[in-house]
Amino acid sequence: MKMHLSSRALLLASALALAPAAYAETPADTLVVANDISDIISLDPAQTFEFSGNDVNRNTYDRLVDFDPLDMEAGFKPALAESWKVAEDGMSITFTMREGVTFHSGNPVRAEDAAWSLHRAVKLDKTPAFILTQFGFTADNVEEKITHDGNTLTISLDQPYAQSFVLNCLTAMIASVVDKETVMAHAEGDDLGNTWLNTNEAGSGAFQLAAWRPNEAVQLTAYEDYYQGASDMKRVIVRNVAESSAQRLLLEQGDIDAARNLTPTDVESLSTTEGVRIQDEPRGRILYMGLNQKDELLSNPAVIEAMKHLVNYEGITDSFLKGMFMTHQAFLPAGYLGALEDQPWTYDVEKARQILSDAGIEGGTITTKVRDLREYVDVAQTLQASMAEAGLTLNIEQMTGAQVLDAYRAREVPIFLGEWGPDYSDPNTNAATFAYNPDNSDEAMATGLLAWRNAYAVPDSMNEATVAATLEQDSDKRAQMYQDIQRQYQAEAPIIPLFQRIENTGLRQNVQNWNAGGSVTSVMYHQVTKGE
Amino acid sequence: MLSLALTLLGLLLVTFIIGRVMPIDPVLKVVGDRASQAQYEAAYQAMGLDKPLVVQFFGYIGDVLTGNFGRSISTGQLVIDDIRHVFPATLELATLGTLIGVSIGVPLGVIAAARRGGIIDQVARVVALVGYSMPIFWLGLMGLLVFYGILGWVGGPGRQGIIFDGMVPSVTGLILVDSLIAGDWAAFRDAFSHIILPASLLGYFSLAYISRMTRSFMLEQLGAEYITTARVKGLSEGAVIWRHAFRNISIPLVTVIALSFGSLLEGSVLTEIIFSWPGLGQYITKSLLAGDMSAVLGGTIVVGVCFIALNLLSDLLYRVLDPRSK
Repeated sequence: MKMHLSSRALLLASALALAPAAYAETPADTLVVANDISDIISLDPAQTFEFSGNDVNRNTYDRLVDFDPLDMEAGFKPALAESWKVAEDGMSITFTMREGVTFHSGNPVRAEDAAWSLHRAVKLDKTPAFILTQFGFTADNVEEKITHDGNTLTISLDQPYAQSFVLNCLTAMIASVVDKETVMAHAEGDDLGNTWLNTNEAGSGAFQLAAWRPNEAVQLTAYEDYYQGASDMKRVIVRNVAESSAQRLLLEQGDIDAARNLTPTDVESLSTTEGVRIQDEPRGRILYMGLNQKDELLSNPAVIEAMKHLVNYEGITDSFLKGMFMTHQAFLPAGYLGALEDQPWTYDVEKARQILSDAGIEGGTITTKVRDLREYVDVAQTLQASMAEAGLTLNIEQMTGAQVLDAYRAREVPIFLGEWGPDYSDPNTNAATFAYNPDNSDEAMATGLLAWRNAYAVPDSMNEATVAATLEQDSDKRAQMYQDIQRQYQAEAPIIPLFQRIENTGLRQNVQNWNAGGSVTSVMYHQVTKGE
Repeated sequence: MLSLALTLLGLLLVTFIIGRVMPIDPVLKVVGDRASQAQYEAAYQAMGLDKPLVVQFFGYIGDVLTGNFGRSISTGQLVIDDIRHVFPATLELATLGTLIGVSIGVPLGVIAAARRGGIIDQVARVVALVGYSMPIFWLGLMGLLVFYGILGWVGGPGRQGIIFDGMVPSVTGLILVDSLIAGDWAAFRDAFSHIILPASLLGYFSLAYISRMTRSFMLEQLGAEYITTARVKGLSEGAVIWRHAFRNISIPLVTVIALSFGSLLEGSVLTEIIFSWPGLGQYITKSLLAGDMSAVLGGTIVVGVCFIALNLLSDLLYRVLDPRSK
């Protein structure tokens, strides 16, 4: 009898397995995205600083000002703030709130919530807090600096900063407006609701957080009372799929609508697949080469100049980084105010050799640490080959990301190859780290500045120019200032921007208006539609 | 029982020490690359890393004894909630994998031994060799490509199809069981179509091991004198193999199966990655790489308890199988 039962069970099981299941496409009102979301640590906008966490908050929260996914060129636009006015002396900005907007809880969005959200972010002082505190806010003074009155909100600054600088920073996720009443109802001790918000949501954005299961999925549902109109997509499901080939198979089968971590090989094979298309979008990350100025050889100006000609820009973007990166030799990514398109350097071993021999340099050996990521190791190896041709020996030690980062922050990586992603949508985000380093001593411990990590003593004139650019009210002039800084940077700096990241999203043919956020922000789902 | 508790304590201590000497800074994982020195210090203290290692360790043990497993720094959730979520996923996969491995591996091993050098023995050898040497990564991707991509017989990566996601109320966390409890056949069918491929893959690897072990145990028995005696008595070949020889190998076989099941319960990291299976293996590995000690130790406790439970279970089975031990 026992035997009989189990064999029946087996038969049933195999019948179930073999019956072809109906794999239709995803429902018309549901957007299914495959992405590696294992980086999410927190969903509290005052704390979140990871790509995938920002991708969620971008859609569940609104900010005073924001980007229009269908017109990214325009830059920030009114969002929860209907309008704003800069004081004559440039020392404060007053925002007028939009009327009739409600949080997901049903509570109205008030100027009080907006002010409290900014107070909260400054007081909690989590990693992204610097985006706000750079305007002179501290836990002690923020309640005086950011005030509300009726439906207006006033932000007082410690310097007459460029309006574009302040407003660009207010598009960052940390400036999200959270529902004060809801959050405070869940506060524990003096955590201002941080513990609760880490896994919950209290925003007014186009989507509500339905579920977050770490390393598995994020589910969003459309907020029907959204002030810009409810989204066409009633559900958005982001599934954690780490493997590119698995993403590709899912997309081919129509089980997902978008695949966000495809390798060049999978992109290439998908580009000929029926029903699927690839959307290229330049993102903000810059792959650069940092030459540590503590190294005697690398601090020689001739070596710095020669190194710029030893990178096979075209060869690399045409082969192993094809579609993933484009050549970009300035520190502001394309898409930013003041971005510079100049490409002064070409791959020229002969020229590099000439520069070195003119300076009397005959060979030399450098041992560096490279993160064990395929892209970086491949770049390092082509560099190794071209350096060898110019008479320089490069030894590469491969390590994990955490190990390289530790060494880099301790100023112990001779040649750093890796990426830098902007923290907010204003040019100052990169200028302040590439081209600003007021104190180059070891004691300064300015571990956050790339210039410091490479022991690059930024000339005073450049430090000053970087600060001055944050105070220029005229946006055209401001853009010009950043271009000037970048030209000077290209001429003399030992940190050499090489490539800019391109995101290739694999989409089902019927998905329209996909926007991963360009170079300035995170993914947006509100405008996405699905055709026939 | 005391020795079991000590074993568990030792296991935790070793894991803790390895985790702490690893050149990974858990604070950086929490605050990120852009944090200021002050923010870094604040997180360092909040995580209790400024205390001596001994204090940290026994503080942790004290918390565990009161049921507090801490909070994971890489998911931001309570470790106990994380484990409640990832362990059923692994348990479901490992159980089905072991069932497949045992139900094919044991008969295959017995027949291979009985017909030594015969065609089945040769087949069993090739099967085992491939199972031992084929990288699971490759085999998993090929399996997906053929059975999901080309033939469409099974579901893709993940535990469930999108439509069924979150539709079945979670009782045990085992989706196959939960969907049966809910009486939702469509969900059961969907979950089965998703689990069958990774389970078969794991089953294949444990089959390779179990069939080889079964074969060598059987060969040992079949060469013994009592088998010759039984044959001389004129017993049928089936009775000789199954009633005499097989009963005698059942005890070592239980040990082998328990070990193989235990190793699957630790979670198979590569399989979990390929099939986007949110299981224990990925959880522990990811936590370890982030220096997330609460999560790693929580996972270690689960694995340790599983092994201890399997040990106890095997002991019980020995008693049932071996009349002498009564």
